[in-house]
Amino acid sequence: MSLPVRITALLVAFAAVVVGAAFIVVHYILASPPTVTFSASGGVTNVMLQEDPQNNSSSKPDWVSYFVQDPNTKKWVHTTLFSVPAGTTVHVTILGYDGCTPPRNNFWSLVQGTTDGKVSLSIVNNKGVATPTKRVSVINGWAGCTVGHTFAIPSLRLFIPVASPNAYDSANNLCGVSPCTSGPHAVETFDFKVPSHGGTFRWQCFVPCGGGFLDGNGGPMQTIGYMTGNMEVRA
Amino acid sequence: MATPGATAGSTRTNRDHGMRIFLIWLPLAVIADLLIWFVWKPHIPPGTMTSSAEHQQFDIAFMAILCAPVLLFVWTYAAYALVNWHHRVGDDTDGPPIHGNAKIQATWIGVTAVIVLGLFVFGTVELIVPAGAGAGEGPAPIWQPNTSNRLQVQVIGQQWAFTYRFPQFGGMESSTLLLPANTTVEFHVTSLDVIHSFWAYQLGVKADANPGVDNIAYTTTKNQLGTFTVRCNELCGLWHGAMYNYGHIVRPAAFEQWARSMQLTQARKGILNMMPPYSLTYDPTVIPQLGASIVKIDGITGGAGYYYPPQDPVTP
Repeated sequence: MSLPVRITALLVAFAAVVVGAAFIVVHYILASPPTVTFSASGGVTNVMLQEDPQNNSSSKPDWVSYFVQDPNTKKWVHTTLFSVPAGTTVHVTILGYDGCTPPRNNFWSLVQGTTDGKVSLSIVNNKGVATPTKRVSVINGWAGCTVGHTFAIPSLRLFIPVASPNAYDSANNLCGVSPCTSGPHAVETFDFKVPSHGGTFRWQCFVPCGGGFLDGNGGPMQTIGYMTGNMEVRA
Repeated sequence: MATPGATAGSTRTNRDHGMRIFLIWLPLAVIADLLIWFVWKPHIPPGTMTSSAEHQQFDIAFMAILCAPVLLFVWTYAAYALVNWHHRVGDDTDGPPIHGNAKIQATWIGVTAVIVLGLFVFGTVELIVPAGAGAGEGPAPIWQPNTSNRLQVQVIGQQWAFTYRFPQFGGMESSTLLLPANTTVEFHVTSLDVIHSFWAYQLGVKADANPGVDNIAYTTTKNQLGTFTVRCNELCGLWHGAMYNYGHIVRPAAFEQWARSMQLTQARKGILNMMPPYSLTYDPTVIPQLGASIVKIDGITGGAGYYYPPQDPVTP
C-alpha cells in the first residue's frame, strides 16, 4: 500500500472516530429533556402532570413515563424537569393513566408532606364516569388495584401515592397513545410548600415500574424524562 | 566520601551520630504526639456522638500517635544524612563495606513483631469492646452490648431512600431517623431491592443493606444532641449520590413523645395495619393482602397483567 493511501486511510479512520465521539457526546451525554417553567399566581404555582403506561418517544416507546403540561401552550411535554418559584405553594394535579402495581414497601401508601397530609382523589372509568372526589391520607396499594406509581421528593419528605384506574380498566382499557387525553384515569391533587431558597430537588417514583429490569427498578426508573426528574426551585 | 562512621571527613563515631539523630527526633516526636492528642483528636471524625464514633476517633488518634514518631524518625534521619553525609568536592573514596549485623537484625525483627502483634491485639480489643465498633455483624452478632435495654431500629434501604421501622412502637415506619440520647441502639439493616449501605457517619455506624439479610449493628448514643448524616455507601443506581438524609439525636423524653405520636398517627390513618408485620427481612414478592406471590396474580398488577414478567432475566 502506497504512502498516500495509508495516510488517507489513517485520516479517514481518525475522522470517523472523532465524528463518532461527537455524536455520542451530543446525542447521549449532552442530551436532556426540556424544562417546563411554571410561574406563581397569588403565591400558588399550579403544576399539571400525567403518568402513562407508555410514551411518545421513538427509542423507548414502551416505557412508563410522566409528562408535564406546559402552562402556556397546555401541551403535554415528554419530560420530568420543571421549575417553580421559591417560597410558593405548589398545587399539583396528577392524572394517573397507568395501571396498578403494588408498591414494594406499603409505607409509600401513606400520603406524606402535603400541607394537610391528604390528597384529593377521584377515579374516572372507561365510560368517563368519575367517582366523587374524596380527601384521603392513605391509598392502600396492597388492598387491590389502587396505586399505579408514586410522586416523591425525598429531600422535602413529600411522598405521594398516585392512584390508578380500577382493576378491570387497568387490565383492559388503558390509554394506548401518549400523551393520554382519554381513557380511564385517576385525578389526584395536593399542595406542598417549596423552600424559600433556590435549589434542585430530585423526584422519583417508588413503585418498581421498570418492567423487564432487575427488581423493576431499571429503565424508566433510572432515566430522567421518564419516572424520575428534577424540580428546580427558582430563588 | 563522608560516611556515618569515623572517616576522613569526620571524627564522629556512629554512636555520636545516632545520639544526635535521637536528640533531634525525640522532642519532635513528643511535640507531634502532644499536638495530635490535645489539638487534633477532638476534631477527628466521626466525632463523639456515640460510643462507636468515640472509639473510632480514639483509634485514629492512637494510630496517628504511633505513626508520627516513625514518620518523623525517617524524615529526621533523611535530613541529617543530607546535611552530614552528602558528597563533598574532591572526595572520591568508596563508602565503607556493609557487614551483617545480627544485633540490628534481631532488633528490627523484634520491634516490628511487637508493633504488628500489638496492633493485632489493639484492633481486636477495639472491635470487641464497643460491641462490633458500629459495623454490621450479620444476623448473628458475636459482640453485643452488655445491656438488654436496647432501642431496636430497622433500617430499610430501597432505591433511593432509607426508611426506619421501630418494632417497640408498634412497627411504625418513618422517613426520618430520630434517636434518644444515652441509649443503646440495635440497628437491623436490610434492603428491599439492591445492595445499599447504611452509613450514619457521625454515629460511627456502617452496615451493608442486603436484600433478604438482617445485618445487625450496635452503638450507644452519648449525651450529645445534634444532627447526623445518613448516606448510602454502596453504589446503587442513578440517585445513589442523592440517597442521604439527616437524623437527629434528641432528649429521651422528646424521642418518646415523637415515637408515640408517630405510632398513634399511623394507627389512626390505618397504615400500621396495611404494612407487613414487622419482620427482620421482607420478601417483596409476598404481599399478604394479595396472596403468596404477586408474580402470579393477574389483573392486579398493571395493564399487562403481571408485576414481573416471567420472561424477565431476573425475577425476585
